[in-house]
Amino acid sequence: MIRLALALVAFLLLAGPAFAISDPSEALPNPQQEARAVAIGRQLRCLVCQNESIEDSGADLARDLRHIVRQQVAEGKTNRQVIDWLVARYGNFVRLRPPFEPSTYLLWGSPVLALAAGAGVAFFARRSRPTAPPPLSAAEQQRLRQILDT
Amino acid sequence: MNRRILLMVPFAGVLVAGAGFLAMLEREQEGTFDPRAVPSQIINKPVPPFDLPGSPGFSSTDLRGRPIVVNFFASWCIPCVEEAPVLMALKAQGVPIYGIAYKDKPDATAAFLARNGDPYERLARDEPGRVAIDWGVYGVPETYLIDPQGIVRWRHVGPLTQDAVTAGLQPLLRRYA
Repeated sequence: MIRLALALVAFLLLAGPAFAISDPSEALPNPQQEARAVAIGRQLRCLVCQNESIEDSGADLARDLRHIVRQQVAEGKTNRQVIDWLVARYGNFVRLRPPFEPSTYLLWGSPVLALAAGAGVAFFARRSRPTAPPPLSAAEQQRLRQILDT
Repeated sequence: MNRRILLMVPFAGVLVAGAGFLAMLEREQEGTFDPRAVPSQIINKPVPPFDLPGSPGFSSTDLRGRPIVVNFFASWCIPCVEEAPVLMALKAQGVPIYGIAYKDKPDATAAFLARNGDPYERLARDEPGRVAIDWGVYGVPETYLIDPQGIVRWRHVGPLTQDAVTAGLQPLLRRYA
């Protein structure tokens, strides 16, 4: 039983991540460069299918863009340079992770805003909760005793 | 009192969000808003330099001296058939249209033009599709207007419609004529 479990774990460890690149000739010969190309491609939107990265997409344009990314990585361009090259052509829409700029302040700020709103609601809800009444005065205590005794 | 106002806040929030979504859907229906549209990055910029083969083909420096419509198309593209009559009508008006066949074989392009009409004054081939990427093309057909100074002034994604010509292209053609 333990041996079977160990074997299963070993198989899981052996299984590499699956990539959309079905054609191995697309990959760069240098594994380090290929890993960088994959990392860049993962951040870029396929303009045809729109909710997939160019690494995951089977569209023709995505294949061309994968090829361009690999070409530029092989030329020694930095990740930033490759992404900027694509942004110059397709705009920030091509980035799956939008940059922090005036038009996206609300987007990136929304978690902070939601937290602040929640904190505000909690604060006001706490404050408006009725506080304990002041202790009874001597006269009130006496009257209470009278009522209870009768 | 304070508490009651506080209770209204979520309702007000839902109301505002609902109104926003309604406005978005309405604009989507009208066609003034497209969430999938990728805005062009070369509007009001010079045409990206290129030199494409064809018969005889053309280069970015040929797009000068008069307003020229540039149309990316392909024989395998179905919406391109749909827009063919609109392009032919433009040609009949005397508007110069330059065609760029995207990822297409010359024979297939020729057959397509024989079948649907040839609106192009000049025709170039972009078989690798690299020039299209420089223009920010993400599907065919796409149509651009280049002004006499070689500056991109207008782009239309998808099949060119008579409405798009009337509302978008014609006023600009008059302005840059």
